[in-house]
Formats: sequence, C-alpha cells, structure tokens
Amino acid sequence: MATRRKWASSTQAWTSASCIDVTALLRQVLQHRGFKWVLWMLCLLPFAWLVWGAANDALGANPAEYLSRATGDWTLRFLCVVLAVTPLRVMLRLPELAKWRRMLGLFTYFYAVLHLLCYSWFDMGFEWADMAADIAKRPFIWVGFAAFVLLTPMALTSFNRAIRWLGAKRWQWLHRLVYVVAVLAVLHFFWMRAGKNNFAEVLVYASVLFALLAWRFLRAIGFIR
Amino acid sequence: MRHNLFSKSSDSGFTHALSREITPESIYTERRAWLMHMATGVAGLSMAAWASREALAQGSGAIVTRHGKLPPLTGAVSRVSGANTMEKFTPYADASSYNNFYEFGTDKADPAKYAHTLQTKPWAVDIEGLVKKPGRFDVDDLLKLSPMEERIYRLRCVEGWSMVIPWVGYSLAELIKRVEPLGNAKYVEFITQADPKTMPGVRSRVLDWPYVEGLRMDEAMHPLTLLSFGMYGEVLPNQNGAPVRLVVPWKYGFKSAKSLVKIRFVEKQPINSWGRSAPQEYGFYSNVNPNVDHPRWSQATERRIGEDGLFAKKRKTLMFNGYEAQVGQLYAGMDLSKLY
Repeated sequence: MATRRKWASSTQAWTSASCIDVTALLRQVLQHRGFKWVLWMLCLLPFAWLVWGAANDALGANPAEYLSRATGDWTLRFLCVVLAVTPLRVMLRLPELAKWRRMLGLFTYFYAVLHLLCYSWFDMGFEWADMAADIAKRPFIWVGFAAFVLLTPMALTSFNRAIRWLGAKRWQWLHRLVYVVAVLAVLHFFWMRAGKNNFAEVLVYASVLFALLAWRFLRAIGFIR
Repeated sequence: MRHNLFSKSSDSGFTHALSREITPESIYTERRAWLMHMATGVAGLSMAAWASREALAQGSGAIVTRHGKLPPLTGAVSRVSGANTMEKFTPYADASSYNNFYEFGTDKADPAKYAHTLQTKPWAVDIEGLVKKPGRFDVDDLLKLSPMEERIYRLRCVEGWSMVIPWVGYSLAELIKRVEPLGNAKYVEFITQADPKTMPGVRSRVLDWPYVEGLRMDEAMHPLTLLSFGMYGEVLPNQNGAPVRLVVPWKYGFKSAKSLVKIRFVEKQPINSWGRSAPQEYGFYSNVNPNVDHPRWSQATERRIGEDGLFAKKRKTLMFNGYEAQVGQLYAGMDLSKLY
C-alpha cells in the first residue's frame, strides 16, 4: 500500500481501492501519444518476423509456401481485428477505438498485398499471362483475387479528403465492401483446405467473422443496441 | 566411376534407353561442375556423400550425409536403369522434417514432431489375396529377403514441390515373385498402419483410415518400384514411413504408401484413400504429368526443396517425373488426361 501511494496520484482516474476500471485504463492507453507507435510496431511484427525468417532460413523446408500461407493467415487475422473494432467500440463504450480502424484496415491491405505478391512471385514467377489464365481457371484463386480487388478501392479512399470527395454516405457504402471481402476471404481459405478435408482453422476464422457480421446485422435490425 | 550409368541394365526385362539419352544436357554440365569441385576439394557435404556412395556400395558404410542417430542401413549401387539420378540430394534435415503423413497430423512439421510414438518393433507385413504363398512376413525377414540397393530418386509431391532422396531397399518385384501371384491378380493394394493410440492424426476425419494405395500389377512389378527400408544410409525415420514403405518415383508422392502392414493381391482396381476422398482431384494412376493440372493448381512446374531459392523460378516438371524412358511403355495407348 505504501508503494502504491507513490504513483496513485497520477493514475487516480483509473484506479480505485480494490480494482481497476478497465474501460478507463483502455481509454488512457488509446489516447496515449505513444500508442500509435506501439500499434504500428505490433502490426509490423508479423512482417518483421517473416523478413527475418526468410533472411535467416528459419521458415522451414519450403519458405515460399510458408510465406504464402503466413501472409494469407495474417490477412485473415487483420480482417478479424479490423471488423472487431466497431463492436468493441460500442460494447465497451470506447469511441477512441474508432480512430485506429483506418490503420488496421490499411494493415489488412498491406498483408493482402504481400499475399498476392507471394503468389505472383513464388508461384507464378511474374508470368502475367499464366497468372491471368490461372485466375480465370481456378475458382479458389479467383475468389481470393476478387477479395483483393474489392479491398483496393477501400485502401485508396482511406484518407480524410476522400470522405469529403465522396460524401460520407457514399464513402460508407463503399467501405461496406469489407463485409463482402470477409465472406470471400473465408471462401478462399475454405476452398484451399477443401481438397484435404482440413477445416479446423477455416472454422475458427469463419466463426469469428460470422459473429462480427452477425453482430452488425442484429444491430441494424435493432435487436441489439 | 559408375559404369552402370552408361550401359544398358541387363536384368530388368525392358529395353531401356541409355542414361545419356535420357539425361538432359544441363544435368551433364552440372555433373561435370561437381566433378571439378570434388577434384579441387571444395565439395560440400552432399557432394562428398555422393562421392562416398561407391565406398558405401563396397560395405564401408561411411556415408557423410548420415544423420547419425538411427541404425545404419546401406545398399549397393543399384543397377536398375533410372535409379541413380545424379541430382543433388535434398538435405536430410528437410527430407525428415517436411512430410505429409496425415496419421501424425496435417501440418508438414507434425510427423517429425509426433511420429516418435510409432512402434516399429515388432512389425510384420501380411501378404494376402490372390497369391500362392500368402503369409506374414516379419520385417526382419523382409530385410533379408533380397540384397539392399541404394536408389537415388526424385520425389514429386502433388502439391508442387520435389526432393531428391537416396532410398535403401529393393524392387518390390523381388517380394512379389516370392509369393507367386495367381493369374487373376491384376492389382496390388497397399494397406498402411492406422493405430489411434500411436498416431494422433488417425483420430481426425481428414481421410478414411487406414490409408490405402494401389498399383496395377505391371506397375508393382516394375524394377523402379521400390520396397524401402531406409534413406541416407540409415533405417527410415518414423516420419518417413518406418519400418517399410513403398516408393514409386514416377507417381505423385502420396502413391508411395508409408509404414506398410498389408499387401493384398486383388482382381479389381483398388480405391485408394485420396481417390475416395476427392476423386475429382486425385486419380488412381496419379502419374507425374506436367500437362494435367490439379483442379486447384498447375502441375507444370515444381519447387525443389532445399535447393531452389525463394526467388528462383520454379523448375519444369518432367513427364513421369523424368522416368518416361523407363515407364512410358506401361501407359502406351492410355489417355492420361482421363486416367490421371
């Protein structure tokens, strides 16, 4: 107790005698000047690991496959995180969260670009004609590519002025494409695993994304507030 | 030098092309480069191993790539045509850590992690079905059934990657001849171990267990079809299919069933596990064929594990995995785009 006194004065906003007010703590963290950089670092951590791993031959016997899969996994994970922002904001009453949605969305796109780059480079050797044929021929590739294409206008209109140009309503409609992307991404992953009846991980992502979309639907029809 | 490479093999019953007729020039050039390397004493481990194969064949057992943790199992240089590719071995670490062996999990790192539980002793293989002499062979008897040979084969996985592995074993035909198949035995079915107690993956529903594979009788009798007990001069590590497995180098890797417990001679074409699970993706023959795509990816190219750099272009996949000269005639007149 004696030691606690020393720092209690600066943290009174979120401490009480017995417990910590989580929301207030989160609010402080989210508003902290350093948080932006912490989030940046966290978002870049998977990328840093992949670069380090590739440079140091730490990605197993087939680094090309490892990178393709890891960038796909991280795209899905970021998609889950970015789609969790609004539900968390509402449920935890943390309007400060909204501020970080753009960065998380852009990191989703960043990992999607890396994933597409892995495919075009490692799998297809930048043979554009082969790639076009492959995309047209294979539903599993086609669906993944479509998800990427739909993410692109969102990334391109992520800055403030774009909202003004488009008008808030239209901008919002455009950015609802992310729900379509979520469905396509899961379908892409499902198809990729379908040949081997290996659906455990697919189910995890599908459940998370389903819950996040269902929450929005239930809120839209006024079932939850 | 290994004269057998440049002469016709005498005991196989097929008219084989000369090795030099079927070896692409690029490989010849590479080969010469290696010889230079070795002459100048800068050979890497795998090249040294290559050089020591001769010594191994003479029974010294001094193979450099040996992992050193498993009992040695050496074989004489094989005289079977096509059984001695001069390509660089895949590092042992890769060949024993990047495996598809779903009985131990679907991740390719799973078998190396979990296969230590597999009990390979005692082990017996039952010979059943349309043969004059059915029965149970203890693996120790199988080991003594025919002289061991070292066979350096390319391995092409249906997923689009490949390896070069020095196996130890003998032609499956040696075993088949001894059990005397009946006239109506048209196919051979291979049934593998499926023990939920020691194989965690068998509890999953990824495939119907046990894993089953099959070959047509002439494929099974082909001298390149190997009954393998070892690799890299040692007995097989569990994750690679110990204690005894099949290796069919001109077919996608999943045809080479691991940890065999039963070999059955049958009249009708068996339904193999992948054919049952996804018939539109995996056919019975599953010969390596760059012209017939898998529904979800092209089979025209492949990545050689441990060799092709991350940014290297994938190499072209060869018809019958480069064994066309040896096995092409088995499929004469067949439409390989239908019978894939």
